[in-house]
Amino acid sequence: MNYWMIVKISLKALNRNKVRSALTMLGIIIGVAAVIAMVSLGEGAQRQIQQEISSMGDNTVWVRAGSRRSWGVRSASGSKNTLKASDFDAMMRECPAVKLVSPSAGTVAQVVFGNQNWNTQIRGYNEHYPQLRSWTISQGTFYGKEHVDAAARVAVLGNTVWKELFSGSDPVGQTIRVKNLSFQIIGVLGAKGYNNWGRDQDDCIVVPYTTVQKKFLKGALSVQSGVVQAVNARATYAAEKQIKALLRQRHRLGPFQDDDFMVHNLSEIAEAAESTSRIMSYLLSGIAAISLLVGGIGIMNIMLVAVSERTREIGIRMAIGARPSHVRIQFLSESIALCILGGIFGLLLGVGISMTITTLVGWPIMVSPYSAVISIIFSAAIGIFFGYYPAHKAAALDPIEALRYE
Amino acid sequence: MTNNISSTIDESAVPAHDRKAIIVLQDVWKIYDTGEIRVEALRGVSLGIAGGEFVAIMGASGSGKSTMLNILGCLDHPTRGAYLLDDVDVSTFSPTERADIRNQKIGFIFQTFNLLSRTSVWENVEAPMLYSGTSKTERSQRIEEALSVVGLSEKAKALPNQLSGGQQQRVAAARALVNRPAILLADEPTGNLDTATSDEIMMFLQNLNQTKGITLVMVTHEADIAAYASRRIQMQDGTVLSDVPTQPLTH
Repeated sequence: MNYWMIVKISLKALNRNKVRSALTMLGIIIGVAAVIAMVSLGEGAQRQIQQEISSMGDNTVWVRAGSRRSWGVRSASGSKNTLKASDFDAMMRECPAVKLVSPSAGTVAQVVFGNQNWNTQIRGYNEHYPQLRSWTISQGTFYGKEHVDAAARVAVLGNTVWKELFSGSDPVGQTIRVKNLSFQIIGVLGAKGYNNWGRDQDDCIVVPYTTVQKKFLKGALSVQSGVVQAVNARATYAAEKQIKALLRQRHRLGPFQDDDFMVHNLSEIAEAAESTSRIMSYLLSGIAAISLLVGGIGIMNIMLVAVSERTREIGIRMAIGARPSHVRIQFLSESIALCILGGIFGLLLGVGISMTITTLVGWPIMVSPYSAVISIIFSAAIGIFFGYYPAHKAAALDPIEALRYE
Repeated sequence: MTNNISSTIDESAVPAHDRKAIIVLQDVWKIYDTGEIRVEALRGVSLGIAGGEFVAIMGASGSGKSTMLNILGCLDHPTRGAYLLDDVDVSTFSPTERADIRNQKIGFIFQTFNLLSRTSVWENVEAPMLYSGTSKTERSQRIEEALSVVGLSEKAKALPNQLSGGQQQRVAAARALVNRPAILLADEPTGNLDTATSDEIMMFLQNLNQTKGITLVMVTHEADIAAYASRRIQMQDGTVLSDVPTQPLTH
């Protein structure tokens, strides 16, 4: 059979009723455009969140000393300060998935410069801190290994602290006082702004962790926590496992003893954030899909009108030998053509909308070819689904009655 | 001359001519039963039509002549009885099988022409071949042939509403002939035409019957139109009242 010829008949019929075809398509156009826009915005938002999280270091593993509560009766060691700086040196030596480490010790203190004072976090890290946490140095330098080894009283200011204490003047070489100890300022960190939890990341000063231990923590040898960077994001999990195994061994924990430390990474937070944005984009896509459904119902409506309008034509075609299946194909291909055409226009419109919005909001543009293909296939499926009933009605017509129809 | 055949004739209907019967109706009943009303449109009709005959079916409205034509044209199927078309019982055929029979063996001419509107003459004549899978070159050739037979080769690109009634009916005839059917069924073919055009169409149909040997079955209520036929079947109340050969009118 010449199915292509029958499809051509349908296309001609659509071409004859241009305005009606266009209006019918509008429902599908809007539906597909909405789906495309929502999906790409959702993906753009997810990409944005991923970028923000990777700017915090998505291959970062945090190691923390065990809290008191987690100490079970089986604990062999009596000390609660089991996490040592040497543990971090060992990680560097023995964990292949680990790239960089820094023990961390901190406190909160008042910082005084001249007649200015500011309450802020004192963060103690080693010389790898800028690399570990993706900091830039806006003025001066960061301290080196020699400062850490010597527990030197040097400080690098966070951007907020610098602004508060120095109101924009050059601080390098100046001396500030922290808990009555003088620290020489050797640099200022670049601004990072607020993080996702609303905390000002620039409100801190960074000093060697050894200095914090010695001067502020009564010479403690243990550290409260530390930061570990895995060789890459995919190795984060492996790094976590290696660190756990190493620490259990170093802390001589038996098989039935709980960990006396905690290891976690930002990918958990990333996952939570991502799943939130995913749920949002599912919701929005769901609403968009409803508009697609409404468009499909519009198609069905118009096709039903077309069938009753062209009952006589159907009767004539049947009289000259059209099988019921031919009639069905003719009307089905009309609705499928409407939907596919509407899908293509909707795709273009949706891409336009999402590009406009992403440029306005500044999110990365994410129109995946995958969602384009899906939306075209989906609109064809809508054409089949909502076109089937009218086409079936046309095919089931009695030729005699169809011929008599006025 | 007069050869009355009772409507309750034996199972083996007798062909009126000695030529082979291509249409045989055996005790055909058509009953419309809506539950409330029961209409017996055909009540045990038996008849045979030989290849090459020109039969006029006459009768008042409600006599069952249209129902019979619909059954002969495989647009409808009998409630009871057998319809042998070319020795094949088509009375139990499915809608799809009947569509193929209509496409291949039967051509229709209607009172209201029933051309596809807003569709050119060429495409109207082409339409039956779209359902028979005829190749493009074959289609063009047959359309040209059919249009020249009806004398409308120049009007191939015209739309039906640009043609006169007689011309439209001739396009319908070309469409009916394009798949080279054995039987042409005409339902009041001149009902919408003036007298002069009616005669023109009837002569055309008669000529088609006589020169090409196409079997023609025509329903009409006008005696002067029926006069072109070589056999006249009078129907009444769903039965055949009379079935007589006639001397066809010639010009």
